[in-house]
Amino acid sequence: MSSSHNHNHSDHSHSHEAGEHHILPFDVYLKVFGSLIFLTIITVWVAQFNFGAFNGLVAMGIATIKAALVGMYFMHLKHDNKLYSTILVGSVGFLILFWFFTFFDFVTRVAEKSTL
Amino acid sequence: MSTAVNRSKGEFAHHFDSADHEFETSKFGVWLFMATEILMFGGLFVAYALFSSRYPEIFEEGATFLNWKYGAANTIILLFSSLTIALSVYFLQKNNTKAAAINLFITLLCAGGFMGIKFIEYSHKFHEHLYPGKYFAHETTVENLALYFSLYFSMTGLHGLHVLIGMGLITWVLIRTLRGEFHSKYYTPVEGVALFWHLVDLVWIYLFPLLYLV
Repeated sequence: MSSSHNHNHSDHSHSHEAGEHHILPFDVYLKVFGSLIFLTIITVWVAQFNFGAFNGLVAMGIATIKAALVGMYFMHLKHDNKLYSTILVGSVGFLILFWFFTFFDFVTRVAEKSTL
Repeated sequence: MSTAVNRSKGEFAHHFDSADHEFETSKFGVWLFMATEILMFGGLFVAYALFSSRYPEIFEEGATFLNWKYGAANTIILLFSSLTIALSVYFLQKNNTKAAAINLFITLLCAGGFMGIKFIEYSHKFHEHLYPGKYFAHETTVENLALYFSLYFSMTGLHGLHVLIGMGLITWVLIRTLRGEFHSKYYTPVEGVALFWHLVDLVWIYLFPLLYLV
């Protein structure tokens, strides 16, 4: 673990070989919460403008920034074993794959031949 | 679980190398569960994406029945509850059991507040006969408006169920925290419940703009 963050080592007097738990400083939690509220206000504010086809993209983009903040800091992914980030990103990856093939099928087959 | 191994005294099951090894293994299990949760909600999100791109007029009309102020209030409540449950883990890491318990209690209050607002919203919908699927009985000129409310009730309903289960789990770790079972060397159940609660928050982060701000 890097010591670039001023976390408290006093709780880890006997650190294990596997690595100690990284403790984020208190103010990081407050800053992340402030950013999340700010981004929520942006989400509501931006919804009154019409970007046409990009409306959904803008909303999902901001939501993804918020999700990344929650994941990295509240869920400790940034300083945790990368295995957990891999599980999260991997499951989202399979979700995108699911979305892609469903849309691909819909556009090339269902939309052409069905009245749905 | 609480048979011979007394984890609050730093003990761990014999098949682990250390208490830390046990902690990381438990967390790995919770994260695998998170993957199944993402894929379960994912099915509904893909359905939403598909139908809303095919029938944008139904979704625009449907969203006008929702009050974005309720959605925004619930977003802020859930974000705040995510902060407080993250802080409860932080305070346990610092051996401040009292502050951890207070934060868990605030999280529970927020969850109750969220469900209260959801109750008001659902009551309004039912009052206007905006039911899901074939039960839809609202007078409207928009054809197949029931599609929007089927997805609305499925998505917010599954999410609301997670909030209720989360409330049960938070109550469980709150009681154990008050009993003094957790400290900086052992807080695995609180960490797991916190991860679950953050996921509930993550899902809502996407649901709010999708359903309320079309």
